[in-house]
Amino acid sequence: MKPRNLLIGSPMERVEDFRFLRGDGRFVADVNLEGQLHAVIARSAVAHGRIRAIHTGDARAMAGVRAVITARDLGRPVPVIPLRLQPLAELAPFRQPMLAHGKVRFVGEPLAVIVADSPQIAEDALDRIGADIEPLPAIVDREHAEAGETVLFEDHGSNVAIRWTAVRGDAGRAFANAQYVRKETFRIQRHAALFLEPRGFVAQWDGRARKLTLWGAAKVAFANRKILAAAMGLAEQQIEMIEVDVGGGFGSRGEFYPEDFLIPFAARLLNRPVKWIEDRREHLMTANHARETECEIEIAATGDGRILGLRGRSWSDNGAYIRTNGSVAPRNVAQFMSGPYHIENIALSTTQLITNKTPAGTYRGPGRFEADFVRERLIDLMAKDLGLDRVEIRRRNLVRENQMPYPLATITPYESATELDGGDYRQLLDRCLEDFGWAEKVKLDGRLIDGRYHGIAIGCFIEGGGAGPSEDARIVLESDGTYSVYVGSAAVGQGIETIMAQIAGDALEAPFDRIRVRHGSTGDVAQGHGSYHSRATVMGGSAIVLAAEKLRDKLREVAARALGCEPGEVTLDSGTAKGPAGKSLALSELSEAPVEAEATYRGDKHTYAYGSLAAHVAVDVKTGHVEVIDVASIKDVGRIINPATLHGQAVGAIVQGLGGALLEHLVYDGDGQLLTGTLADYMVPSAGCFPVIRSTVVELIPSPNNPLGAKGGGEGEIIPVGGVIANAVAAALADFGVEPMELPLSPPRIWALIG
Amino acid sequence: MKFPDFDYACPKSLDEALGLLRLHGDDAVLLAGGQSLMPLLAFRLAAPGLLVDLKDVPGLGDIGIDGGGVRLGAFVRWCEIDRNAGLAAAHPLLVEAIGHVAHYQIRNRGTVGGSLAYGDPAAEMPGIAVTCDGEIIVMGESGERRVAAADFFLGALTTCLRPGEIITGLHLPPWPAGRRWAFEEFARRRGDFALAGTALYYDLDSQGRATDAHIGVIGAADRPMRLAQAERMINGSTVNADAIAAAAEAASREVDPMEDFHAPTAYRRALVETLVARALTRAAG
Ligand SMILES: Cc1cc2nc3c(=O)[nH]c(=O)nc-3n(C[C@H](O)[C@H](O)[C@H](O)COP(=O)(O)OP(=O)(O)OC[C@H]3O[C@@H](n4cnc5c(N)ncnc54)[C@H](O)[C@@H]3O)c2cc1C
Repeated sequence: MKPRNLLIGSPMERVEDFRFLRGDGRFVADVNLEGQLHAVIARSAVAHGRIRAIHTGDARAMAGVRAVITARDLGRPVPVIPLRLQPLAELAPFRQPMLAHGKVRFVGEPLAVIVADSPQIAEDALDRIGADIEPLPAIVDREHAEAGETVLFEDHGSNVAIRWTAVRGDAGRAFANAQYVRKETFRIQRHAALFLEPRGFVAQWDGRARKLTLWGAAKVAFANRKILAAAMGLAEQQIEMIEVDVGGGFGSRGEFYPEDFLIPFAARLLNRPVKWIEDRREHLMTANHARETECEIEIAATGDGRILGLRGRSWSDNGAYIRTNGSVAPRNVAQFMSGPYHIENIALSTTQLITNKTPAGTYRGPGRFEADFVRERLIDLMAKDLGLDRVEIRRRNLVRENQMPYPLATITPYESATELDGGDYRQLLDRCLEDFGWAEKVKLDGRLIDGRYHGIAIGCFIEGGGAGPSEDARIVLESDGTYSVYVGSAAVGQGIETIMAQIAGDALEAPFDRIRVRHGSTGDVAQGHGSYHSRATVMGGSAIVLAAEKLRDKLREVAARALGCEPGEVTLDSGTAKGPAGKSLALSELSEAPVEAEATYRGDKHTYAYGSLAAHVAVDVKTGHVEVIDVASIKDVGRIINPATLHGQAVGAIVQGLGGALLEHLVYDGDGQLLTGTLADYMVPSAGCFPVIRSTVVELIPSPNNPLGAKGGGEGEIIPVGGVIANAVAAALADFGVEPMELPLSPPRIWALIG
Repeated sequence: MKFPDFDYACPKSLDEALGLLRLHGDDAVLLAGGQSLMPLLAFRLAAPGLLVDLKDVPGLGDIGIDGGGVRLGAFVRWCEIDRNAGLAAAHPLLVEAIGHVAHYQIRNRGTVGGSLAYGDPAAEMPGIAVTCDGEIIVMGESGERRVAAADFFLGALTTCLRPGEIITGLHLPPWPAGRRWAFEEFARRRGDFALAGTALYYDLDSQGRATDAHIGVIGAADRPMRLAQAERMINGSTVNADAIAAAAEAASREVDPMEDFHAPTAYRRALVETLVARALTRAAG
């Protein structure tokens, strides 16, 4: 038998790292074009108001200022950012215009674009823009948003954009007959996907060829090209979007923001390359925020802890506009509240509220982090109430293997049903207990040691991945014998170049170093749906498998002609084609011209990775400080392409989750001013904050939904962190009766709960 | 986040620096480590016409230790306080407190004089200066003056420094052997500005009773301050648990913490009590 190629499953070093570690990465700020101008965005300092006038004359008159663009220069109607996901007609009124006109609705909303010879001059000109805005009351909380005395969109007449409902079974009956019912209110704070370097673009308009090139695309380059083409009145083929290196995306980078249009628009207007690099303050007040949700949820169970139902309402504070993916988190809160548990009866809704804050979008584990906080807290409360063991209660309720595929609640409007694709949830719970050392650690629960109270907790989660509809891949056997693999998936720091080369190497039975992955441009493949919903590996990887099969068929045909035999008689290995009677040919000599094949992988069944996460905390009751002593997690992804990069994803996700559970908070005052506009005030984890994180990823049960058997794995471990840490704090502070219902678990909040 | 336009001067002597301040008046601003000033410029909260960099002014970077105490030149950087072998013995409280200032990169740049002049209410250096009877040495057109640290800080980000003056150093009185001391602060992450902190010391008389207690706090009012009531509870006591509890309780009543979105007043007040109790317990132990 032929030895198998073993790239999939190997902890290959990331090919990307060679350039990053040598300082050879090329980020958007590193892109510089001959003759480029620099743009700066004038932004609203007022959260809610009517625009009387925007005076630009003084700024225009400054030496070195080339243009000041306001909504008036964009033509009528002023283009808006369309909805990429859940594009419902009733959400249309809330789309964000590329530049504010008529009203401003959040602090940071773009009013004008200043283009100048240098960023310094452009910023000098900022001070000369006179924004005459009549202030209106700012809506910054649920109460006032719902009351509707002041509305952001007068034509719509209400601050309620939409209500999503998730239904399964008959919750009313289940609750009527349940032995145990408990209802609580939970709050998850506004925070955001803070990636390393802020956003930016360099745009170049070639007037002769009528072609636009845009550097700085990420995540969903093809979708954004379509939006941009429509807004600019161009055909998609006139636009090339180029990806450069990025320091992470986490859902937020790469969505379509006003600057995605404004910078190319300025470049075409002035017929000069225009560069814009966002600064950190702008980033914190304009890139998508996330997570702000209030949940009033009720759980019903039998006296022995079998969960019968979940019902209740949630409100998500969407901010001022609904952006490309603004509805994902609100709907996920409802649809994924049941998580990995078998809960027959569900009636949940999420109301999406419009407020005078930065618009919200997806952030790693959108809606799931929020929902898991609520559900895992409710399960621990229920265990306490019923006098049952919190582990046993989870084990009893996890969806079993023989219930798979397991349908989740159906969400409407924009109806969508999905089902858990498989897995042995209990086995991973048990494995997590073992890895964590639960049996020993549980003895510390609630104990005071050296002035701090110790507590532990465990939670179970699912992670959705592999969103459809399709992904393209194109593989070219170059005339030097190397393979170029083109994919429509985007690199957002997850190691795509490495992972895709591993998949291609196995599919082509070719060595790793003969494969080059190209993903940098919308010119490479016909279509691509990008990197979100942990889909790049599943969808892009599956497309590569299909394209490789096609290419190998083609190579057999070409070889058969050269060798004078039938294609079926040709066998291929890494470098040669062999025919009958010992005749063979090096692949590099097969043809003068490159041989290529392209394939589309289609699939809209999601994958569900799953696992458990346990944590041990120590709480200083005098300061309210929560120290994370230990975290252990385990997750099954069906098939591991690269254990090293996956481990990195897991640890990173946990640290981000700890940031959300303990530190990160975007705070607004009553006037809608963002108070946390710097990284001194918006606190993210630093390297020393959470030193002990242990994470294991396994391949136990392959996904039946794609040829690789892989499940999306880029988000998972962030999902349970808020709930588990809050439960561990509750366990530590059992003597004080502390039950945290609100994140983040900041020292003043914990201190106040202790009383 | 781009600096406004400014000119830059790098004088080679204190006189030259003073002369530049005289010539340019309000338009000139001194530059030391830049860790507070440059963010102000980037946010365009300040737009001086001229930055006068102190880095080449001779003598400002010296650390002096002798029978008269410790003298830190205004340009002494945090990392140099860490590294100085003599300071750990000559003024252990100083060294421990400065260990809490900011993060690695900032510690390589931030200076004693910059921190004193900036006057952040939660900053460690002003706290040590006030707690330890420090004297701030200031040079102006009419010569040198020495200001007791207790009189130097007037409020948040406000000092009694006059236009045209330059801080040249900080003097801390000698540190007797056998002195009891401790520093405690609480920050959300290591290196962040503290939500509150305390620096304290006292000496013991022949009967083992505390004398000359100095209890200072940062982040607990609009400027660093000493707590006379708490000190009174310690002086003459054996610093036992009762005295510590009484002093800590007095401390929480004496402070006047501000409220912001990081923490309410009540929390900071309780934090002061906790930190003072912990510091006294450590000092006594
Ligand atoms: C992220 C971050 C975290 C920080 N954390 C802390 C912390 O935990 N604790 C803490 O104490 N500090 C902290 N700092 C502040 C840091 O210690 C600064 O270095 C310090 O406050 C100012 O010192 P500097 O030398 O950088 O002064 P600069 O920024 O250069 O100057 C500050 C001000 O002092 C004036 N000035 C400077 N030197 C003199 C002089 N000799 N005479 C008169 N005026 C002068 C300047 O004109 C300016 O107005 C932090 C800073 C950052 C950026």
